Amino acid sequence: MDWQAFALTIRLALIVAGLLVVIGLPIAYWITYSRWRWKFLAEAVVALPIVLPPTVLGFYVLVALGARSPLGREWQALTGHTLAFTFEGLVIGSLLYSLPFAVQPFAASFAAVDPKLMAASATLGASKFETFRRVILPLSASGLVTGIALSFAHTMGEFGVVLMVGGNIPGVTRTVSIDIYDQVQASNYVSANQTALVLLAISFVVLSAVYALNRRIWAVWPWK
Amino acid sequence: MGWVTKIALIALLSIPGWSQGITVAAAADLNAPLSEIAANYQKQTGMILKLSFGSSGNLFNQIQNGAPYDVFLSADEDYPKKLIEASLAEPSSFSRYAIGRLVLWTPESSVLDVEHRGMDTLLDPAVKKIAIANPQHAPYGRAAVAALRHYGIYEKVADRLVLGENVSQAAQFVESGNAQVGVVALAHALAPTMQGKGRYWEIPADSYPTLHQAAIILSRSSARKEAVEFLNYLKTSPATDVFRRYGFSVPKETP
Repeated sequence: MDWQAFALTIRLALIVAGLLVVIGLPIAYWITYSRWRWKFLAEAVVALPIVLPPTVLGFYVLVALGARSPLGREWQALTGHTLAFTFEGLVIGSLLYSLPFAVQPFAASFAAVDPKLMAASATLGASKFETFRRVILPLSASGLVTGIALSFAHTMGEFGVVLMVGGNIPGVTRTVSIDIYDQVQASNYVSANQTALVLLAISFVVLSAVYALNRRIWAVWPWK
Repeated sequence: MGWVTKIALIALLSIPGWSQGITVAAAADLNAPLSEIAANYQKQTGMILKLSFGSSGNLFNQIQNGAPYDVFLSADEDYPKKLIEASLAEPSSFSRYAIGRLVLWTPESSVLDVEHRGMDTLLDPAVKKIAIANPQHAPYGRAAVAALRHYGIYEKVADRLVLGENVSQAAQFVESGNAQVGVVALAHALAPTMQGKGRYWEIPADSYPTLHQAAIILSRSSARKEAVEFLNYLKTSPATDVFRRYGFSVPKETP
């Protein structure tokens, strides 16, 4: 069993889920409350990764961000290497790939918050940020947990982007899904089966824990 | 008849019959030459060839699990032999059709003088990543590792290796500029799409086990006669000329 691949995959999924909270919250806030008439275009862009095959994202990371492109050359000058075959490359690919799985639950739960509560908060003198932090965010806890869980799970299960840009380096880009693929290609069904079972178990435990937690939050909320 | 049934019927009828033409599972290094050979063959005989490319290990695995191919052109001879052992292929159809050659390949714009420095190129500090096919399931990957060991540099470069899913992906890693050098099939360096895009150095054939590439007809094929005709065609000069042009050697006799 390749525990290194498991450690790597979980680290990748944690980092991506964490970053998506930071990136996803402002995007979701803007999508929910903006009155810009072209907002639907931004919504479409955010949802694109649901529709696009991972090969498209992989292709862009490889070519548009590769050594031949201006963007890729900038990155290379900055870091000394291209994005492909690096952990950072996987993080960036996964961020794009999992973005809608964080933003959409966030935005849906923001939209469900009663506008009267926000108006009340404003009349009591709270700033927009304070209203967000003390009213919207606590009332959206369920959507937050769902968004984080989905982006974590989606990154754990990512395959196409990693296959295209990872280069299969142990400890750097060989994730569990790639490891399983290799085992199957090499006809090592027994070890493919073991790895797949462990992945299945981990995924189930993580998701059950998240949904159990989510249920409790629902029942207990709001605190005061 | 309801409209759902009608649509289902139309969809069913529009699936082309499998009996027309033969399906060929082929190793990734054959991409360019086999496409050309198939086009010629189709022009000459009217027989449609459906080509599927992948690493030989990948295709072998699909065949073991019942993939509906008629012919398997492997990049080695072990996978076809294993299929015979498993009674999934016709022993009498086994034939060697080409011998693959291995090259070091760099992009045209590279600062590396691969043509003169040969294997030493790989030790150049400018080489950050070396692309090879995955040795777990690609014969060209295994040959690449054997060559690196032969020159005693495998340990020195091991942490710079990136693995392509098959040898074509390894070539693509180099072509896109993400790896500085690749150990790929000569067929890639000579492919029309790569013209003017790279320089290469052929790795001496005695530094890795000969890449005898063998073909086999699968037991489940329902187009055996057509498959035999196609394998015979691969031995004739219109086909062997194409193989040679793409940097393959052609075996003189077949066992």
